[in-house]
Amino acid sequence: MDAFFHQVLAGLATGGIYASVALALVMIYQATHLINFAQGELAMFCTYLAWALINAGFGYWPAFLLTVGLSFLLGVAIERVVIRPVENSPVLAVVVVFIGLLVILNSITGWIFTYTMKTFPSPFPTEPLFGNRFISSHEIGAICVTLVVLLLLYAFFRFTPLGLAMRAAAQNPASAKLVGIRVGWMLALGWGLAAAIGAVAGMMVAPIVFLDPNMMGGILLYAFAAALVGGVDSPGGAVFGGFLVGVLENVLGAFVIGNELKLAVALVLIIGVLVVRPSGFFGKVHVTRV
Amino acid sequence: MNRRALIVIAVLLAAACVLPFLVSNYRTFQFTLVLVYAIALLGLNILTGYNGQISLGHGAFYAIGAYTAAILMDKFGVPYWATVPVAGAVCLLVGFLFGLPALRLEGLYLALATFALGVSMPQLLKYHHLEKWTGGVQGIVIAKPDPPFGLPLNPDQWLYYFTLAVMLVMFFLAWNLLRGRIGRAMMAIRDQHIAAEAMGVNTAMVKSLTFGVSALYTGVAGALGAIAVQFVAPDSFNIFLSIVFLVGIVIGGLASIPGAIFGAIFIQFVPNIADELSKAAPWAIFGVFLIGFVYLLPYGVAGAIRMLLARLARKGQNNRSPAG
Repeated sequence: MDAFFHQVLAGLATGGIYASVALALVMIYQATHLINFAQGELAMFCTYLAWALINAGFGYWPAFLLTVGLSFLLGVAIERVVIRPVENSPVLAVVVVFIGLLVILNSITGWIFTYTMKTFPSPFPTEPLFGNRFISSHEIGAICVTLVVLLLLYAFFRFTPLGLAMRAAAQNPASAKLVGIRVGWMLALGWGLAAAIGAVAGMMVAPIVFLDPNMMGGILLYAFAAALVGGVDSPGGAVFGGFLVGVLENVLGAFVIGNELKLAVALVLIIGVLVVRPSGFFGKVHVTRV
Repeated sequence: MNRRALIVIAVLLAAACVLPFLVSNYRTFQFTLVLVYAIALLGLNILTGYNGQISLGHGAFYAIGAYTAAILMDKFGVPYWATVPVAGAVCLLVGFLFGLPALRLEGLYLALATFALGVSMPQLLKYHHLEKWTGGVQGIVIAKPDPPFGLPLNPDQWLYYFTLAVMLVMFFLAWNLLRGRIGRAMMAIRDQHIAAEAMGVNTAMVKSLTFGVSALYTGVAGALGAIAVQFVAPDSFNIFLSIVFLVGIVIGGLASIPGAIFGAIFIQFVPNIADELSKAAPWAIFGVFLIGFVYLLPYGVAGAIRMLLARLARKGQNNRSPAG
């Protein structure tokens, strides 16, 4: 029972990270109806930025904030420069551009920072909180950070004029344009926010998996699964899905199928959800007009 | 096919036949891989270029083909040439079965599902209950086949000709398939699937069959690749292999049969050249080319050549009749 409890808590901790990446995916999906295959590599690249800043002598939290800011700018820049020209192209062209981005970010990181693994510091104390046996401080910290990010996002979209404008641009671009919202820039802001959320997720996961250019491959897959389970156009659903996938992955990995097939869990979840219920738990059902 | 196209093909074929006698064994081996990749790219192009279904996981089918060949040779002593059709058949079946649920997925979602397949493939191959067959992380080493009938060739040259022969057959079959009724149905589904259905195309059947055929091509390529490299291991079939295939069809040219060959040459030789710069350079170049081609040459090298020829032809006409 103790072991089970431990796995569930560990699952919640990694689930928080999947939830963040899934949230970033949903941000971009809502704004553009595209799934960003480069999201994982973007987060990885931003985490390397944080590593470089910390190595340059910044404290952890200043580096953290600076990285979030830089990631935001990077996301906006990528949308403006790379994604904009293919905005209205067929799906294949957009997917190819995303894959191109993935590959470029991956190789540039390898080029600049080499492919050797690096350790990434955790801002949280090394001994477990309150002397508990189940969960490390970093795991608790990661969960808290995820929840704070969520809360901030919710508040941003719910209570600020800019958040309202972004929602309007995503829901009905034509009408949003008519009331004077610059829809193109709203999309770019969405990309920036997604990149920033991804950066936070990257910095939270890096102390656990170590820093290397391919660290986000598996995480991206779980995040896809999480976003799909929750409904790819529902931010709340993505977070729920993230925690669910995290727990499922850990519990199944520990007790049922073994650690070797953990990625297969994501594969089965993705295909299962897509086939049985493509809109996920909380997503809108899509109807196409002929 | 007009006479000019036939002459071009005959000249290229003659060049391909004398090639192994002009270059070193290592180069011959590299050209064998070009032929292998060409078959795999043609398979992916049938699916993505002609049928409009995006696959980011074709490396998985390549892996299944490669492992089928390696296991048959290593554990059952099947001769190498007999493993190729078996690998194709296995992949046809797997592809068809994967294509059935994938039917319900459009564009982006299919890309996502196949991406997941591509990412999780190495882990499935390492699975310890399968280790008896797959050799786990170590993979399987297979012997290089000797030329039969006492032909005066070295093994590398023989393998090149063997692969070339398989490739010609596969290309001929694909050409035949794509210009016929089924090929037109595939393209109709790509361009306007609802209209295609209204015209009486059995969309579900054609789509899953296309998936199967595409997997068959890639599986055959996988088997040939395993025989040429003499080695299979899980980590050589990661998601980046699938991405390499995508690079190949985008650069070579979507919905083009010769495009598969241009793409294969690109993905085989560009990394070789770029490797001298840095370990990361080939991938940086792949990425830049991917995005650059989408912006500038959406139909790849094959499309560019087509456009050039059309422009030349038009110029020729204009010269003849100045009024036009």
